[in-house]
Amino acid sequence: MINILPLLVAIPLGAAFLLPLLEKFPAGPRLSRTLAVITSAALMALSLLFLTADNITYWMGGWTPDSGALGICLVLDHLSAFMLALVALVTLVATLFSLSYMKRYTAEPLYYCLFFLMVTGMNGVILAGDIFNLYVFLEVAAIASYSLVAFGCGSEELEASFKYLVLGTVGSVFILLGIAIVYNQTGQLNLAAIANTLPQQNAALSMAAAFFLVGFSLKAAMVPFHAWLPDAHPSAPAPISAMLSGILIKVLGIYALVRVFFDTLEMSQQFAYILITLGAVSMVIGVFLAVGQWDFKRLLAYHSISQMGYVVLAFGVAGEMLLTQKFNIASLALLGGLFHLFNHAVFKSLLFLCSGAAEYATGTRLLKKLGGLKHRMPVTSSCLRIAALSISGVPPFNGFWSKLIIIIATIQAGHLWLGAMTVLVSFMTLLSFIKVQRYIVDGDPSVSVSSAKEVPFSMCLAMVILAIICIGAGILLPLYQKIFSDGAQSVITEQFTQLVRLAGG
Amino acid sequence: MNLQTLPFLLAMIVVAVGLYAVVCKKNLIKIIVGIIILDYGANLFLMLTGYRENGLAPIRTANMNADNFLNSSVDPVPQALILTSIVIGLGTVALMTALAIRIYEKYETFDISEIKQLKG
Repeated sequence: MINILPLLVAIPLGAAFLLPLLEKFPAGPRLSRTLAVITSAALMALSLLFLTADNITYWMGGWTPDSGALGICLVLDHLSAFMLALVALVTLVATLFSLSYMKRYTAEPLYYCLFFLMVTGMNGVILAGDIFNLYVFLEVAAIASYSLVAFGCGSEELEASFKYLVLGTVGSVFILLGIAIVYNQTGQLNLAAIANTLPQQNAALSMAAAFFLVGFSLKAAMVPFHAWLPDAHPSAPAPISAMLSGILIKVLGIYALVRVFFDTLEMSQQFAYILITLGAVSMVIGVFLAVGQWDFKRLLAYHSISQMGYVVLAFGVAGEMLLTQKFNIASLALLGGLFHLFNHAVFKSLLFLCSGAAEYATGTRLLKKLGGLKHRMPVTSSCLRIAALSISGVPPFNGFWSKLIIIIATIQAGHLWLGAMTVLVSFMTLLSFIKVQRYIVDGDPSVSVSSAKEVPFSMCLAMVILAIICIGAGILLPLYQKIFSDGAQSVITEQFTQLVRLAGG
Repeated sequence: MNLQTLPFLLAMIVVAVGLYAVVCKKNLIKIIVGIIILDYGANLFLMLTGYRENGLAPIRTANMNADNFLNSSVDPVPQALILTSIVIGLGTVALMTALAIRIYEKYETFDISEIKQLKG
């Protein structure tokens, strides 16, 4: 079991290197589709296997600390197992959707190559046990995503990709500066070893924390670092939008933030407040910007900012409660944050896939030109309706439960006004998605919709899988709540640091 | 302010110059140059964390015992990190330049105040 852990990084990496070779063969596109499905199915199976596994610390190449060497380690705790499963789920669904959707583009093998490089980067970030590998894998995922945003090579795609690239690189440089300061202060790169040798809070460490905060906030597109997201996410092909909004901003931004701030650097009162403020501001400004949008994918992108605000808010509240030793509220807030992270990945991917399906069939994504989709594309429009109800927090869909948990945790933590704000943002989200349903799903078919046909089977299958999870995840939460509460516990108990320490790091 | 912190300050000034170029310049190529300066500033900063006055290159020769080596050489870890970071920077800049060329083909200008189809 322990020896197959590196496969989670090696399988997508291997596939990414094989795929460009297929470009030269006439049967290349068909072979690359087969390889893509096999790879993502294998990743799904592996990550499900690890979801129930015990915690693992794996030292690459047998360079354990016992042998006196500074080795690279991969760490799997409950939080990373949960994130791995989430990445594998969205990857599988996006691959299924791409099978038909990407036929309209040239160079399909290259598309899948970049796609799996991005997955490699994300899995690497999740498993990385030292801060420099985290940075390297973060860059692998980020560079692949920059080129995927520009994949269409239209003028808008190029412009969006350039903007994303500049801001993403600035974020990476800040993370690198943070790493440099932390290395200067501790002489360590391993996250657990840094946590062990961390000196008393001083000016240099505060500066490192500030650099990390700016870098990861740029990657997670928190307001005021959000400018690239509404351009970059809509410009990518639909399955890539689903990947970017669904998991990339979470893994590169939120997960890395949690690893650095909760497990490595000491959480302080100021940073808890900064996280709460970032979350609340993103939540409110994101939703207000979203309400006025008429481009479907752009509207969804603004909602991503807003919904990630919920997650950051929950983590901020958890950090504050951890400092005051109120572990019950902290674990509730973390549970809410992780559950909302999962739910957002599911329903936002579904919404982007639906927007892709609508664009595939009708050729437009402007709300005013769509309309009456339910008469022509029943599967897409019912999936869209389910996702819209989920994101706006209508019971019994999954979005409702996670928002409810976050609201309860915020109020228990004593932030009544934050709880009220969360409810208000949820209401605004509902308003915005009523507009979406009114213009896209209901009404008489518009000119561009009247000749539309339902999308091919694989695209429908991808959407239906996510729609079923949207309905089931909320109601069946008691069955698998353990996954989320284990993840929350592993953050609270700094399991990650413990694990490496036990392994002698 | 002592003499030892001065190089760190200079590295930070390089980073600030790069940031200034990224934020204030209107030309795509100048923004790319800004990113390169920013990257180098960060690399320089990382390099300085491993510096030791009169240090030797971190190569352990046969007639050098471990303690001697530890006490006289500069820290090799930041150098390994910078090597990686330079390669990443190379990839980013290559991609950025390729994008700038494609943008020039589409818009026939490098001026970002004229490249703004996306807004809202």
